[in-house]
Amino acid sequence: MTAVASIAAAQPRNGITRIVGQSLTMAYRGLLKVRRTPEQLFDVTLQPIIFTVMFAYIFGGAISGDVTKYLPTLIPGILVQTVITGSVVTGVQLREDMDKGVFDRFRSLPIARIAPLAGALLADTVRYAIATTITFVVGGTMGYHQVFDHLGWTVAAGLLVIVVAWSLSWIFALFGMLARTAGSVQGISFLVLFPLTFLSNAFVPTGTLPEPLKVFAEINPVSHLITAVRTMVNEQQVTGDVWLSLLGAAVVVAVFAPLTVRAYMRKA
Amino acid sequence: MSTSTTAPAIEAVGLVKVFGDNRAVDGVDLVVQPGSVYGVLGPNGAGKTTTISMLATLLKPDGGSARVLGHDVVKEAATVRGLIGVTGQYASVDETLSATENLVVFGRLLGLSGKQARAKAVDLLDRFSLTEAAKRPLKKFSGGMRRRLDLAASLIAQPPLIFLDEPTTGLDPRTRAQMWDTIRELVQTGSTVLLTTQYLDEADQLADRIAVIDRGRVVAEGTSDDLKASVGTASLQLRLVEPADLAVAEARIRARVGVQPVASAERAWLTVPLQDPDRVTDLLVDLRDAGIRLAEFGVQKPTLDEVFLAITGHGADQDDAAETAEKDEVMA
Repeated sequence: MTAVASIAAAQPRNGITRIVGQSLTMAYRGLLKVRRTPEQLFDVTLQPIIFTVMFAYIFGGAISGDVTKYLPTLIPGILVQTVITGSVVTGVQLREDMDKGVFDRFRSLPIARIAPLAGALLADTVRYAIATTITFVVGGTMGYHQVFDHLGWTVAAGLLVIVVAWSLSWIFALFGMLARTAGSVQGISFLVLFPLTFLSNAFVPTGTLPEPLKVFAEINPVSHLITAVRTMVNEQQVTGDVWLSLLGAAVVVAVFAPLTVRAYMRKA
Repeated sequence: MSTSTTAPAIEAVGLVKVFGDNRAVDGVDLVVQPGSVYGVLGPNGAGKTTTISMLATLLKPDGGSARVLGHDVVKEAATVRGLIGVTGQYASVDETLSATENLVVFGRLLGLSGKQARAKAVDLLDRFSLTEAAKRPLKKFSGGMRRRLDLAASLIAQPPLIFLDEPTTGLDPRTRAQMWDTIRELVQTGSTVLLTTQYLDEADQLADRIAVIDRGRVVAEGTSDDLKASVGTASLQLRLVEPADLAVAEARIRARVGVQPVASAERAWLTVPLQDPDRVTDLLVDLRDAGIRLAEFGVQKPTLDEVFLAITGHGADQDDAAETAEKDEVMA
């Protein structure tokens, strides 16, 4: 028996702490990449700033009479839209990564197969946190005082959005696994998300919509998440929408996590 | 554990990999002894990378079996991964990270603590003369530096077996020579190396044994001397001023070196297989004594194309042959 072989054999290969450690290392790698290419963060930094300011001044007067009165409606909408759109990037980047030579090395290392996937999903929660913080701060600065008045509720609402976005990133990670190129992941994902985020109560009260759109907007899960955030930040209440959103997130993870992991294992 | 010190580093029997209609690897047998450098020589598309990928557990074989240091590459893939280092044909490192960050990430994945991983990175960067560039993102690295980092990353866990897929393809001659030195040092520390190459001289320089692979099959196997004996080490090419002297020249050549020269189609060039370069001097003196005047002569080393021609009866891919041709011509 060679000494090296015995060292390799002595390590528990599937120990949960090892898998977690390896996933954290992969997440660390993801964050290093972000630090080297800060332009990757434009969608979660500049986009919420530009959208918030733009929509507030364009729609504020028409919908709520003035900009400040519109903010309690708009900010939760922008927040949910930005963070959910941001979860698409998980799929795009995973696809790009898997096409690169470095992935061959990951596959040749004695590490848990799931670590690169888990690491990518983990690193992306940092992106969601950045987007959430920026959107709330911009909104608060513009006059959405509830954000700062009840900080605990704001943080809780932010966490809810991050959890839901994280659950959705499993779907886009699956797209990433199945699609042929990174570009097509982006294309397919936005085709789904664009109507889903706009045909909701994000920017306008659903009462003004024509009947079929109104029905869709009211059953749209995005609307429920937005309502949950609004009631938490504006009224400091936990309504059924919060539980509905969490249930939805749990269902998505329960369905897509196994599918994504299976597709990933087949590729990796 | 069934690993014994006498187990071959690699033992592959009848490996097969099929992509659609293409039998990329079609029954490859290999035995690599521990502590040696084994060269797999072949043109693009011969199945070299596919073979390495199966041995390194990156691809599942469609047929046959392989054992690495006594462990089956399919059934004991996780164990095999702990025993090998793989340097791919395309840089298997992160472009956006710095050299240090790359090595630290790989070190952490291999179970080193943060401190150990950083110390290992410093150590390896020093060993591969990359210390000055340690903090730069890889995008600013030259091809040679990138390959060196790639190799460094394969050595973090000090694996007893290292796969190098075309380690010098695309490098300039000076960088290639540096890479060769690095690989030689690696072997001196006791590692077993399996490398693939398109260059006959690279296999000749580095490998203890060579397998020539063509269309997914091993067509020749042996030491580099065995291989060269099958094609001759080099050939002497002569162009006569007077084509009429051809018969006399051929007779003189037969008498001196004992082989039949090959005349080119336009009958101006004579090609003489050359086993013993010392006899060239004698042969040239003979020709002068016979009053045969030479317009030009040159010495040509065997190209991969000629090795293939000799072994398989068909040439290697044209581009590869052009790259490996080394013709040192001397004007007479």
